[in-house]
Amino acid sequence: MGKASRGVGIYLLGFASLFAIWHVAATWILNSVLFPPPWKVFLKAIELAEDGTLWEQASASLGRIATGFTGGSLLGIPLGLAIGSFPIVRRLLEPYTEFLRFIPATALITVAVIWFGIGEGSKIFLIVYTTIFIVIINTAAGVSAVAPNKIRAARSLGASRTQVFLFVAFPATVPYILTGMRLAMANSFVTIVAAELVAANNGLGRMIWDSRMYMLVDQIFVALLVLGLLGFTADRLFRWGIYTFAGRFSPVT
Amino acid sequence: MSLVALTGVSKVYRSLKGSDYVAVRDFSLDIPAGEFFCLLGTSGCGKTTVLNMVAGFEAASSGTISLAGKKVTRPDADRGVVFQGDDSLYGWLTAMGNIEFGLRMRGVSRAEREQKARHYLELVGLKGQDHKHPSELSGGMKQRIQIARVLANEPQMLLMDEPFAALDAHTRADMQRELKRICKATGKTVLFITHDIDEAIILADRIGVMNAGPASKLKGIVPVTLSEEERERTHDKFTAVYRQVHELIRDEVALALQRQQ
Repeated sequence: MGKASRGVGIYLLGFASLFAIWHVAATWILNSVLFPPPWKVFLKAIELAEDGTLWEQASASLGRIATGFTGGSLLGIPLGLAIGSFPIVRRLLEPYTEFLRFIPATALITVAVIWFGIGEGSKIFLIVYTTIFIVIINTAAGVSAVAPNKIRAARSLGASRTQVFLFVAFPATVPYILTGMRLAMANSFVTIVAAELVAANNGLGRMIWDSRMYMLVDQIFVALLVLGLLGFTADRLFRWGIYTFAGRFSPVT
Repeated sequence: MSLVALTGVSKVYRSLKGSDYVAVRDFSLDIPAGEFFCLLGTSGCGKTTVLNMVAGFEAASSGTISLAGKKVTRPDADRGVVFQGDDSLYGWLTAMGNIEFGLRMRGVSRAEREQKARHYLELVGLKGQDHKHPSELSGGMKQRIQIARVLANEPQMLLMDEPFAALDAHTRADMQRELKRICKATGKTVLFITHDIDEAIILADRIGVMNAGPASKLKGIVPVTLSEEERERTHDKFTAVYRQVHELIRDEVALALQRQQ
C-alpha cells in the first residue's frame, strides 16, 4: 500500500470518527428528538433529495456564492494589484479597505435588503462585499512581498516597467491572490447563510429558518450537513484547480 | 580604453531622522573591456553599494559612472547582474524560461531565443535541466541559471555580487572554475564583488581593495598576472599575491571589527 493511499485512508478514518461520535452522542448520551442521529439525517436527506427540495435550496445558495465570489474577486484583484503597486493608490484606498473590512458583511444584511430587496441583489452584494476586501488585502500584501531582486533582475535584463508588472510582479503575486480567494470562499459560506436566515425566498439558510418554525430538527441538520459538504468540496475543488492548472503558483497556506 | 569608469563617486544615505551616512566617498575606478575585476572588502564597506550604482539600482549622490562613454542612469540590458541569493529567479518559469526571460522582454523571436538560451544553458553545464523549475534545482545549479540568464541577454558587462557566497565550499570551487572558463569563452568584462581573498585571486585580473566603511574608497589595486596553474591555493606565486592583498586588507578588517563594537 502506497504512502498516498494510506494518507487517504487515515483521512477517511477521521471523517468516519466524526460520524461515530455524533452517533454515540445522539443515541446514548443525549437521546433527544432535538438532536437526531446521523442515520435519521441521512434518511431525511434522501427524502429531500428525491423531492427536489434539497437541490433547489442548495443550488440557490451556491449560485449566489458563485456570482458574488467571482464578482468580488474580479474587482478585488485589480484593486489589490493597484494598491500594492502604487503608494498613491494605497493612500487613496486605504480608508476604504481599512475601515470597511472591520464592518462584517453580516452587519450589512439589513441595509442590503433595504437597498436591494430580498431577492438576488442583496445576497450578491453581500458576497461581493465579503470577498472583495480579503482578496484586495491578500493581493496587495503579495505585491509588497515580491523580492526586490526579482524586479531588479528584470530591469537589468531590459524589461520595461510595464513588463516588470505583467511578467514579474503579477505572477509572483498569484499565490497570494489564490490564498485570498480561498479564504474569501470560506467566508462567503458564512455570509450567505446569515443573509438567507434574515431575508430570502430560498437557499439553505432559508431552509434552516423554515425548519425551525416547524421544529424539523432533522431537516436543519440536513442543511448543516450539506453546507459542510459543499464548503469542503468547494475548497477541495479550488485547491485541486490550483495544483492542476497552476502548480507553480501553489498558494501560501 | 576603459569600458566602465567611475569618477569621484560618492553615496550618501539620509536616515529618517535626517542624519547622513556616507557609504562611499570619492570612489574612482576604470575597468578596461575584457577585464575580470574583483572588488574586495570587509562586510559593510560599501562594495555592494558600488555595484548597485554601476547596475543603476541606486543613483550616485555625486560623481559620474559611465559605460562605454555613456552615463549610467538606470538599470539596463547592457549590464547583467548576478545576485547572491536565488530570490531573483522566477519560480514560475522553468530553467529555460528564466534564461530566455531577457530576450523575451526585448522582443527577440521565439526561434532565436530558444537557440540562444539553449546555447548558454549548455555553456553553464545545465544540459538536460531545461524543463526543471528553480525549486527542483540545487543552489549551485540555480546560480548557473542566473549566470546563463545574464549571458543569454548578451550584456556588455557582468556585475556579480558575491554570487557564490551562499554555496558550500566544493560547489563554490566548482563554480569558480566554471565561471573562469565561461569568461574565457565569452571574453566578458566582469565586476565581481567578494570578501574572500582566495576567490578574488582565483578569478581576477586585478583586485581592488576597499577601505573599511563608512566613507570608503579604493585603498589599492593588486594586479594578478598568474597563469591557470599558478592559481592554486598551494602555489608559491598564489601565496605571494595573497600576502600582498592581505597586507592591504588586514588593517581594514581590524578597523571594521572595531567600528562594529
